[in-house]
Amino acid sequence: MRNPLNKKVGEIKPSGIRKFFDIVSEIEGAISLGVGEPDFDTPWHIREEGIYALEKGKTFYTSNAGLMELREEITKYLARRYDLHYNHKTEVLVTIGGSEAIDDALRAMIDVGDEVLIPEPCYVSYVPCVKLADGVPVTIELKEEDKFKLTKQELLDAITDKTKVLVLPFPNNPTGGIMTREDLEEIAEVIIEKDIFVISDEIYSELTYGREHVSIASLPGMKERTIVINGFSKSYAMTGWRLGYACGPEEIIRQMIKIHQFAIMCAPTTSQCAAIEALRNGDEDVAHMREAYDERRRYLVTRLNSMGLKTFEPEGAFYVFPSVKKTGMTSDEFATKLLMEEKVAVVPGTAFGDCGEGFLRISYAYSIENLKAALDRIEVFMERHKK
Amino acid sequence: MREKILHAIARNSKISASDLALMLGVSEEEITSEIKKMEEEHIICGYPTLINWDFAADERVTAIIEVKVTPQRGRGFDQIAERIYRFDEVSALYLVSGNFDLAIVVEGKSMREVASFVSDKLAPLEAVLSTSTNFVLKKYKENGMPLVGEVHNDERMLITP
Repeated sequence: MRNPLNKKVGEIKPSGIRKFFDIVSEIEGAISLGVGEPDFDTPWHIREEGIYALEKGKTFYTSNAGLMELREEITKYLARRYDLHYNHKTEVLVTIGGSEAIDDALRAMIDVGDEVLIPEPCYVSYVPCVKLADGVPVTIELKEEDKFKLTKQELLDAITDKTKVLVLPFPNNPTGGIMTREDLEEIAEVIIEKDIFVISDEIYSELTYGREHVSIASLPGMKERTIVINGFSKSYAMTGWRLGYACGPEEIIRQMIKIHQFAIMCAPTTSQCAAIEALRNGDEDVAHMREAYDERRRYLVTRLNSMGLKTFEPEGAFYVFPSVKKTGMTSDEFATKLLMEEKVAVVPGTAFGDCGEGFLRISYAYSIENLKAALDRIEVFMERHKK
Repeated sequence: MREKILHAIARNSKISASDLALMLGVSEEEITSEIKKMEEEHIICGYPTLINWDFAADERVTAIIEVKVTPQRGRGFDQIAERIYRFDEVSALYLVSGNFDLAIVVEGKSMREVASFVSDKLAPLEAVLSTSTNFVLKKYKENGMPLVGEVHNDERMLITP
């Protein structure tokens, strides 16, 4: 029989997270701090709207780009929160989560051999998606001493004649790092000068602590070369609804709609109806959740540092990224031992790129009680392995 | 800061000052002294526990009583309200707008006990014009917490990207 498989797909490694998941599932009584989704339920008024949509029989396809009403609410939201101004008729595409939007954007922009810059550590899907789009992923190692921001110099060093797109994943999963307006201005200069494009994954935009998120597309000269990706999963605790969106220049969005149209058709109608409610009446829910995350963040950072796990203070998302270098263990060793000995699951930094070595991703999408119990166990573990 | 402390202890009054200090990014001493001050100022009035008596062995009956009263010259509703809330049977008392004046939550061991409270103590008060007693059949939610015993399992997968 002939090989039924596509070579490109065959060469892609399954996510490192998957491997760890398999181990964790075997351990009974494990406390996991390993999830990348909110612990909150979707606010009831949003769920109610989804139920109502089903009751009313809104069970048909929507237009490919998404319900006009939803797109309009999206543009209003982006204008009021991030000073981003898009035409809802031509510059917005509603997708199956932010992940589909990333894939669509890459496929719409990349030709064979085009280089795509990806700052690491980062979310697991950028590199595989670039490969599937026949692009060449070029990773940039972000550094702890820079608070895991992308610096102008790092960007300059990575750009070649073949560079077409920069993926900008801030607030960042797994580090919790953010890019401030000043940070963005620095790199925007390079981006414009070198004439490259940006896919800005801003899915954690509502979860920043102490200062508001700034979108690179809101800087002068950047809107026309940026695809902004956002969604409902993290801000409104709606992961299972699978709903995100992309906004950008009409000529790129039009191509993305084609890919979406033939692969997906349209995002789920129920989810779209619920999302309208989220954007109209959900600001307060977001604020409540942000406040809860912020409390947990402070709690975690202080306790981890005091037990000897050096943790830089993350300003976004819901992860902390402590260093385990002092223990002499690799990320993988530390995570595996911690799981075996104290039954606490965290994700080794290496799951998010090679430069995640020496770090762990600990999620604080858990109740304080949960975090406390897990941290008590980590404390015992650290005592035992004191050097 | 006060508001943040209040929000946190409204959810969980058992939380320790040291945990609160870590969560809110201030010293433990500050938390303790703020709480003490708020107790003195009667912003924090007590730390009762939310109990679903239906699941406990004790028999308990709750009634919500709508009461129409005549306000007293110079004191409005306060005087009659005070006379009523001093009864141990009264667990809550509100002055409300609408078709009646006072909403009283009364707790007793049996319907008879509640009924006799109404007929012997409440209704004979001079200022009370009429009462209407509504017995509570089932409590679903109190103080923002569902009481129906739904177990909230973490449905999330253990590790996700």
